[in-house]
Amino acid sequence: MSSDTLTAILFVAVVLITVGITFWANRQTHGTTDYYAGGRSFSGFQNGMAISGDYMSAASFLGISGAIALSGYDGFLYSIGFLVAWLVALLLVAELLRNSGRYTMADQLAYRMRQRPVRTAAATSTVVVSIFYLLAQMVGAGALVALLLGVTDESIKAWTIVAVGLLMVFYVTVGGMKGTTWVQIVKAVLLMGGTILITVLVLAEFNFNLSSLLGAAAENTGKGEGFLQPGLKYGVSTTSKIDFVSLGIALVLGTAGLPHILIRFYTVPTAKDARTSVLWAIGLIGAFYLMTLALGFGAAALLNTGPDSEVAASGGNLASPLLAEFLGGGEGTTGGAVLLALISAVAFATILAVVAGLTLTSASSVAHDLYATVFKKGQATEKEEVKVARIAAFVIGGIAIGLAIPAQKLNIAFLVALAFAVAASANLPSIIYNMFWKRFNTRGATWAIYGGLISCVVLVFFSPVVSGLGVNPVTGASLSLFPADVDFHWFPLQNPGIVSIPLGFFFGWLGTVTSKEPTAEDKFTELEVRAFTGAGAEQAHH
Amino acid sequence: MADTRVDPHDQAERHDPVYDRLHATPEFQELKKRHTSFVLPATIAFLSWYLLYVVMSMWAHDFMSRQVVGNINVALVFGLLQFVTTFLIAWLYARYMTAKVDPLAREIEAEYREEVSGR
Repeated sequence: MSSDTLTAILFVAVVLITVGITFWANRQTHGTTDYYAGGRSFSGFQNGMAISGDYMSAASFLGISGAIALSGYDGFLYSIGFLVAWLVALLLVAELLRNSGRYTMADQLAYRMRQRPVRTAAATSTVVVSIFYLLAQMVGAGALVALLLGVTDESIKAWTIVAVGLLMVFYVTVGGMKGTTWVQIVKAVLLMGGTILITVLVLAEFNFNLSSLLGAAAENTGKGEGFLQPGLKYGVSTTSKIDFVSLGIALVLGTAGLPHILIRFYTVPTAKDARTSVLWAIGLIGAFYLMTLALGFGAAALLNTGPDSEVAASGGNLASPLLAEFLGGGEGTTGGAVLLALISAVAFATILAVVAGLTLTSASSVAHDLYATVFKKGQATEKEEVKVARIAAFVIGGIAIGLAIPAQKLNIAFLVALAFAVAASANLPSIIYNMFWKRFNTRGATWAIYGGLISCVVLVFFSPVVSGLGVNPVTGASLSLFPADVDFHWFPLQNPGIVSIPLGFFFGWLGTVTSKEPTAEDKFTELEVRAFTGAGAEQAHH
Repeated sequence: MADTRVDPHDQAERHDPVYDRLHATPEFQELKKRHTSFVLPATIAFLSWYLLYVVMSMWAHDFMSRQVVGNINVALVFGLLQFVTTFLIAWLYARYMTAKVDPLAREIEAEYREEVSGR
């Protein structure tokens, strides 16, 4: 059997399994609680698996290993930041949010504030964060399929992105939260299995000696000791060092502001189950990120990662699949073809599960926050609300497809880091203020969200990511989104977090102290009692 | 108990006085105190520890590059320690909440149920 046939079979298998789950879930879904929150009936362990499946995206599987393969130790920051971030979610957000919200991130704010302005703001930032995140996943899908088919044809990559977009819209419109959750659970199992397999194979090449793996990586890349030390990519100037710190801050503060992660806490019956699910997630995610060391350094040790290599041309995104091919025996061998197909199918499943979660989150927010509350003023029926969510999924899928096609040369982990920066700047300040600051009010919430969101997006637009980074010395292609001869950047950092996150907190504070809203302050006692004890919290539907 | 001052869909519903009573109970105040006394120091600790790691990676290059065993340097050990502390704090938090906070939360929640069921 040729490698292409095998790959095709595995991809079709992934699609069939997930489509099957989706149809099954459709029959179990009867109202808004089922559609948005899976009936709140998942166990802590199930939700922990689903959180891992939702969180460990193409950025983790393809992006981090690529970042380590190309820039050595500096790439490992992603793994550490993405994991430590879960403590913010566990200690400050998960349980309190479960007790005080219903379906979306906005619920928790709307609990004590004026509905229309805060829901509009929260829905806007939910959609923006989710679209940034979606872009990264779709870029990964395009790169992956192009590798498997051995084509460089741009139109095939573009069609892959369209196909992934249509699939995710299908999952979300038909399966709702139940379908999406089960797709994520299946994916978590596949991803952990695939990663363990590659890790064991890599370590076996080096007699399970981490030190010799690292030594081989340092030698094979020709970068020596520097490859294993921090600073290879980010240590070159003070600006790049600050960029590294900025990235680190966005990673650690972003997770607890990611809407698609936050709404997962609503799928369990109680706050205690939300805690259990985060504990499981931390265990699974931590184990996975430890293995990114083997994947990344393994790719550096065993593959050609030089400036004209296939790994470098993909921005590092293809390091893991190519590593799998090498471990199976290399290009042209049966073993190589089998492992390449297997790992690519895992990456494909990973992408599908994450895009489904993201699309569901944005669609829910549009339907529940914008349509039902802002537009229909609470008069929409459950049926209408779910119908609007389904339409919204189509529109968001379309936007993501349209934006992903031009974004294809950016590293996926990097794109996801931008989504983290937006989440940390726009969402985290208002979530934290709302829970822990009695004086916080509607103006504070909207200013925090819009202030953080706009600062972040504006800084990215005027950063070297969009223009002015120069050209790749080998291929001559522009390293920024715009062609190399266009340069309008004035913000020196590629990661905006170090400026935009404090700005988000600042605007939240400023909006609050310049307005008075006694009702929001009065209701704080109710929010606190409910958040800390679960008194009056939404119940599970069986 | 409808709120007549504002359009109900413009403002969160008027709040239930039962929450004020529960909020004022010594049990709830104790619960909040216990929650804060773990969460606040733990958050400061893990965020500082993480930032120390990030900053040292960039500005303490020589120290971080020192080799510990074979090709394993201080930077890698420091990075792996971040994993260890994350697992440890998560475990300590769960243990603390189960022992010190959950029983109080259950008590207050039961009181709430009793209050609202009588209506």
